[in-house]
This record gives sequence, C-alpha cells and structure tokens, in this order.
Amino acid sequence: MADIITYLWPLIWILLGVVAIIVPVLLGVAYLTYYERKVMSAMQRRQGPALVGPFGLLQPIADGLKLLGKEWIIPSGANPVVFIFAPFLTFFLSLVAWAVIPFSAKLVLADINVGLLYLYAISSLGVYGLIMSGWASNSRYAFLGGLRSAAQMVSYEVSMGLIMVSVLLCVGSFNLSKIIDAQRTVWFAVPLFPMFITYFISILAETNRHPFDLPEGESEIVAGFFTEYSSMNFACFMLGEYANMIMMSGVACILFLGGWLPPFNFWIFAPYVQMVPGPIWFGIKIAALLFVFIWARATLPRYRYDQLMRLGWKVFLPLTLFWLILTASVLEIFGWLPKTGL
Amino acid sequence: MIVESLVFYMLAAVLLASAVMVISARNPVHSVLFLIFAFFVAAGLFVLLGAEFLAMTLVIVYVGAVAVLFMFVVMMLDVTAAELRRGVSRYLPLGAMIGLALLAELVMVMSRWGKPVALAKPDSPIPPVDQVTNAHAIGHVLYTQYVYLFQAAGVVLLIAMIGAIVLTLRGHSSTRRQNISDQVNRKTEDVVALRQVKTGEGI
Repeated sequence: MADIITYLWPLIWILLGVVAIIVPVLLGVAYLTYYERKVMSAMQRRQGPALVGPFGLLQPIADGLKLLGKEWIIPSGANPVVFIFAPFLTFFLSLVAWAVIPFSAKLVLADINVGLLYLYAISSLGVYGLIMSGWASNSRYAFLGGLRSAAQMVSYEVSMGLIMVSVLLCVGSFNLSKIIDAQRTVWFAVPLFPMFITYFISILAETNRHPFDLPEGESEIVAGFFTEYSSMNFACFMLGEYANMIMMSGVACILFLGGWLPPFNFWIFAPYVQMVPGPIWFGIKIAALLFVFIWARATLPRYRYDQLMRLGWKVFLPLTLFWLILTASVLEIFGWLPKTGL
Repeated sequence: MIVESLVFYMLAAVLLASAVMVISARNPVHSVLFLIFAFFVAAGLFVLLGAEFLAMTLVIVYVGAVAVLFMFVVMMLDVTAAELRRGVSRYLPLGAMIGLALLAELVMVMSRWGKPVALAKPDSPIPPVDQVTNAHAIGHVLYTQYVYLFQAAGVVLLIAMIGAIVLTLRGHSSTRRQNISDQVNRKTEDVVALRQVKTGEGI
C-alpha cells in the first residue's frame, strides 16, 4: 500500500499541472476566435464582433454557450460510435500535446527526452479525427474532405520531419528544453531561415488552414469532414482545430524562435527584456505567429489540390532534404556538431 | 512496483482484446481502427519498458503513416464482412499452421529452449539506461556495429519504393499537366494582341 501512496502525491501534482495548462489553453482558443475575427475585420475594413460585452470581448463565450444549447444531430446513415468519437479524438489530441511544451526554464509538465518525437507523433495522429469523421458521416462531402485531409497531412508531415531533423542536428537532443537552451546565442530562425519559412507553410497545411484548407473548402464540398456535425460535436472540432493552431505555433516558436527566451537579449536591452517572464514572451511569439495564420487567411486564395501536392512533394521535400544535407555538412566541416551522449 | 505491474496488465489486456477485435470485427474499417489502437497500446508497453524512443517511432511510423494508408484503402474499397468471411474455411488450416509456427518460435525464444543463444560480443558495449538516452544508445549501436546492415535495409526499402513507382507509373498519358515555369515565362506581348476592329467587319 505504501507504494501506492508514494505515487499519489506526484499524481495530484500532475493533475493540478494539467488543469493549469488546459484552462489557459482553452481560454486562448476561445479568444483566438475573437482575435481572428477582429484582425480579419480590421483587414477588411469592418468592425467585427462589437456588441456582446465591451469591444465584443464576450462574443466567444456567447458563441460557446449557443453551441452547447443546440441539438445533437446524428445522421441516420452514420456510424454512431465513430461519428461521436472522432471530434473528441481531435480535441483530445490537440490538448495532450501541451504536456511536453516548456513554458519557461522550470515550467514544464513532462520534460521527457523524446519531447520533439512525442509532438511529431501526436501531430501525425491528428489525421485520424478527420478521416474517421469523414468516413463515419456517410456523406460524400465529408468523405471527400476526410480523404483530402489524410493525403494532405501525410504529405506535409514528411517535410516537417526533415525540418525537425535539421534542427535536431544543431541541438543533439530531442528534449524541448535543450532545444530552447541551444538557442541562447542565436535563434535557429536565423541560420535555418529557409527551414523556418518552409516549416511555417507546412504547419498551415498540417492544420488545414488557408491557403491549404481544401479538406473543408466550402465552395466545393460544403464544410468537408464536418459537414454533418452540429452542436458540441462541431464545437469539439472547432476547439481542436484552434488549439492545434496554437500548439503548432508553439512548436514553431520552440524550434526556431527560442521558445520562452526573450528577444533582443543583448547590449542595453538585456536587463529590460529579462524583467518580463518567459511564459509571456512565449505567448507573444505565439500570438505573432497566429497573426500570420490569420493574415494568410484574409489575403491568400485557396490552392488547387494538385498544386498543394506539387508544393509538398516536388518543392518542399527536395528543398528540406537539400537543406538537411547542407546543415549536416556545415556542422561536420566546421566541427560544430553538438557533443552529447556517448 | 505494484502500480507498474497493474499498468502492464491493463495495457496487455487491452492490447490482446483489441488484437482479437481486429480479426473479429464485422466492419473492416473498425478492424483497422482496432489495429491502430493495438499499435498505440503497444507503444504504451514500450514506454513502460523505458524504451520511449521505440514507442514514439512505433506511433510515428505505424500509426501515423502506415495505418493511415491502410485505412485509406479499406475505406475506398467498400468491402463487406460477408465477402471477407467467404474464404475462411479454405484458408483456416494454413493460417492456423502459420500461427502455431509463430507461437512455437515465441515459446522457444522466451523459454531459452535448446542451447543458450551465443550473443555476439558487441564492439561498443551498450551503456546502462540511466546514463544515456534511448536515442543515443540505439544510434550508437545502429551506426557503428550494424551500419552495413542498416544501409542494406535502406537499399531494400529504396528498391521497394522504386518498384512501387514503376508498377503504378503510366507513361504517355493524355492528362494535361501544369508547367509552372512555362506559365511564369509567358509574356503579355506573346499571347495578347490589341486590334482595332472596324464596325461591321470583324477580324
């Protein structure tokens, strides 16, 4: 019995940590929708949500409550278990990835050695929520959306993996805290700049965002894989997608923008930027990347599907492969390979 | 230790149950979903062993890539359970034999039946788990001692890939392809001409 009690305290701490991460993430998701609507409306010279609460700040909460009150509809031809399970899977996967994200030097729920691989595994699982919903809806539009998303996510994962490998070569560890620590002198966005851009475009495709939102292209296939969803099921999809956007931006920050490290950390700026705690810098960087997500949505037209595939396989894959070999060669020639392990 | 063994038995039971469901589910898509779940639980067992690198690789390769394509095909094929069950009585003996052979092999390996396996002396001894991470330990063995086998495996995979491409490539197709450089290099003066057309005459 003593054994179980020694497990109990850490368990309670972990549960508290989970709550401390999930609540801000969900709030962030709610206000990301507000952020998106406000930024898009500013870009299109509109007002955006302005009626519920001051500056429309309570709009996301009103939307959430409205969705909660709607009726659950399960199409008669659908496969009910998979149909209901799919949105929850998407939502679950978008939250579970936060376990390994470091918010500051000490603030991380699980500082595991294979942190980056864990994130990669979780993001590669994300496709199942979409493909399952597409199949279980028993509708042509949903099915097409699911197939599109599966092919798209599998294609872009390849180049994302290669980009991660070129970052790993510079760090010598899968551990996310060590990846951030390795960027104390210079963020990886500087030496690996083309990879940063490629990675950002890949996460646009991976999260099914504009200009790669073919899986839910409303002008061709209604709403893609969530055509048949309503009420909380639909809300779970939306929450999952937006949480995924925040998470992917966070990963891009960790890989290329130094995670929670302050910017301008030199010369006379150093004492001032160090006064601001790490999690806040992390949040600011994520918000900046999310702004680009929204900016892309407001400005770019949607890709055609063959163009999307061409970009993934014929442009990004050779480019990342070349850059990986270049990185490895430069590190080897100048003797900059990290010395870790054996 | 109690908690660890509890977790182990739970994972093992779930793994076996989902493996049984893979072959007994009526709907082929459900079979694939149970297969994916089985992979996932197996990754859990790896984590329990302290082999987190293997666990993550299992999830990335099998669940994230292989099973997606599996699911893709099964969803598109629209096979019914009745069709799948048609050949059961014919293939059952063969399947049972293969299963029994595998079971016998497993028992022999597990119980060290026969002579103890003479392990080759590694050139680079594997360090204890608490000193290096999984990824380092595997890389150390894979890229030093087994480097030629590793490369050979890579070549085999490459050949398989080339074979798959050759089998599916259809030459001389009449599909129209987009040539991006052609489109970019098109100039206005080559393709657009401004004409003054007199009324009632046309070009």
